Amino acid sequence: MTISRRSLLGSAAAAGFGATLPMALPLRRARAAAKPVIKIGVLNDMSGPYQNTGGQTSVICTRQAVEEFNAQGFDVQVISADHQNKPDLAVSITRQWFDRDGVDLLLDVPTSSVALAVQPVVKEKNKVYINSGAASAELTGTACSPNFIHWTYDTYMLARSTGGAMVEAGGDTWYFLTADYAFGKQLQSDTTALIKKAHGKVLGSSPYPFPGTTDFSSFLVQAQSSGAKVLGLANAGNDTVNSIKQAQEFGVTKSMKLAALLMFITDVHALGLKTAQGLNLTESYYWDLNDRTRAFTKRVLPKTPKNMPNMDHAGCYSGALHYLKTVQAMGAAAAKADGRATIARMKAMEVDDDCFGKTTIREDGRHLTPAYLFQVKTPAESKGPWDYYKLVKSTPPDQAYRPLADGHCPFVKA
Amino acid sequence: MFGLDRDQAIGTLLLIALLIIAPFILYPVFVMQLLCAALFACAFNLMIGYVGLLSFGHAAFFGMGCYVAAWTMKHWHIDALAAILMGGVAGAALGLPLGWLAIRRSGIYFAMITLALAQMVYFFCVEAPFTGGEDGIQQVPRGHLFGFINLNNDMAMYWLVAAVFLAGFLLIHRIVHSPFGQVLKSIRENEPRATSLGYRTDDYKLIAFVLSTCLAGVAGGAKALVFGIATLTDVHYSTSGEVVLTTLLGGLGTVFGPVVGAAVVVSMENYLARFGDWVTVTQGAVFMVCVLAFRRGIVGEIAARLKLSL
Repeated sequence: MTISRRSLLGSAAAAGFGATLPMALPLRRARAAAKPVIKIGVLNDMSGPYQNTGGQTSVICTRQAVEEFNAQGFDVQVISADHQNKPDLAVSITRQWFDRDGVDLLLDVPTSSVALAVQPVVKEKNKVYINSGAASAELTGTACSPNFIHWTYDTYMLARSTGGAMVEAGGDTWYFLTADYAFGKQLQSDTTALIKKAHGKVLGSSPYPFPGTTDFSSFLVQAQSSGAKVLGLANAGNDTVNSIKQAQEFGVTKSMKLAALLMFITDVHALGLKTAQGLNLTESYYWDLNDRTRAFTKRVLPKTPKNMPNMDHAGCYSGALHYLKTVQAMGAAAAKADGRATIARMKAMEVDDDCFGKTTIREDGRHLTPAYLFQVKTPAESKGPWDYYKLVKSTPPDQAYRPLADGHCPFVKA
Repeated sequence: MFGLDRDQAIGTLLLIALLIIAPFILYPVFVMQLLCAALFACAFNLMIGYVGLLSFGHAAFFGMGCYVAAWTMKHWHIDALAAILMGGVAGAALGLPLGWLAIRRSGIYFAMITLALAQMVYFFCVEAPFTGGEDGIQQVPRGHLFGFINLNNDMAMYWLVAAVFLAGFLLIHRIVHSPFGQVLKSIRENEPRATSLGYRTDDYKLIAFVLSTCLAGVAGGAKALVFGIATLTDVHYSTSGEVVLTTLLGGLGTVFGPVVGAAVVVSMENYLARFGDWVTVTQGAVFMVCVLAFRRGIVGEIAARLKLSL
């Protein structure tokens, strides 16, 4: 095969020019604006196992908050990036966002290892960091930061709500299938603490490499032979979906009860009601909870018709909205200058929005939401698309999360 | 000095000038990332370009340098430069036994053995407690240089990384143009003949391998300090593949090739990051264009066209 070198180089150059042109345009538009610009950076997994639980829908919900807030006196821009669940990539994107792109608020950031990795960067640059997607309770524990709010849920709350319900129902021996990184380990240890308190036993666990594991068969066989009554799934997103599907194919569900410790409505949708029916799970938000959540869903669903907003997405909306209200109250220039002061002000102000209702933010950065224990409906019970949950129990905000003193957050004592 | 001829001396001066003005024009952290990748590619080029051995497992040494520098920095709070050099020591310490095994074969067998050994190192890093598994070693402080220069300032860190890069770059150049380097090139051209002249080629290859892995470790150590994190990405085989691409694109066996290659590859990754998976597709396309249209690489092609020895 012969390709003329000149034509090849020419077309490559033309393609390169074509690609850079649209990138240059928004920059110029931004420069023309005279008002202060508040920049929100949504950083999450856009292509991997958490692309449905976070991904593009988080960006859409953030934009929804910006639109509804309709800021006077300052402009708001939303940018986003894919961290591919790699802590090193996330750190370099975050640094770049703060240093070069002037991002003021870092939002979402699922995957606990990534969430923990960017924490010191935000603190160093004195910006604002609201995490909606990651679970690890460490974020408001020993790794807490005065520049940080954990918005939507955490491992302690999940362990208490879903794990507690399983133990109460007689599941006193457990085997864990655990995503082998900060999140899975934390969720397993939080649930283990709860099981031990109830005099239950953990018979074993199978940590598996994350991301990249899609075949859980050997772990499931090990779990089955352990003789435990409950299989605790300390994983999330597509991993949970795959492990539940495979557990059913291997007949694990006949001898063991599944405890999906972190599951979103988007995962239930991926599994289908036939497979998921009867599962217990915990979310801090469900679209069909009350009139306000239904109103929010009605507004945002047309923009993301294939992916119903789950609690992670709702957290992005709610967090961004509360941040913008705070910026309005403080003045954009003051909020841009000092992330720590902005966070302090956010903690002082009452949170009120359609997704979580009236809530408060605790000193250590824990946003206190109610925790709802749901059971997945049977296909016969479900009346329409996305009608998936029955509310079993709701835990009030002050009891849902780890008590302040048990977190050992260093700056709270001072 | 350093065995530079006129063209190369001009090139080096140009490179130093670029190093000085770059942080004022570009984002310093980006340039630091580029310099780490460039030093890594230069170290790799020492093997492929001058000994003719294609190592497919260089990420193991780069990554181990990352981990060791990050760990010593975080737990022992040593001087930043010492931590970077510890990365180099780690690279060399790992390179010695692995190299001793691998250099017994050449060509595709050498590539496969290095790949296999690097995969073993990868799985060691997944399981070993000190690497933090999937989380990596996080929150590594940049610390101080000589005890008083605070490296949290991006510019201070930049000058340190630039100095480390330049030292590594000149060292490789010095090695290549020394009598020792001449022997290496003779091994590349015709190994039996080098043996017949009385050189113990295995010893030469092993020394070159260890020097290369040591510098790869230094590059890794510098990267760990710049980003404050060491993760599995650095030991993953895709990093080994990337350094091959970088060096081929810039020009095998040229002094400046790996640096130019790193500039192209790192910029591509950085500016195409928002397109997600398209980065790898673009890299593949660029690689094919390079192999089809200019096989000597960017610098190799320019040098041949202008009859320079770059």
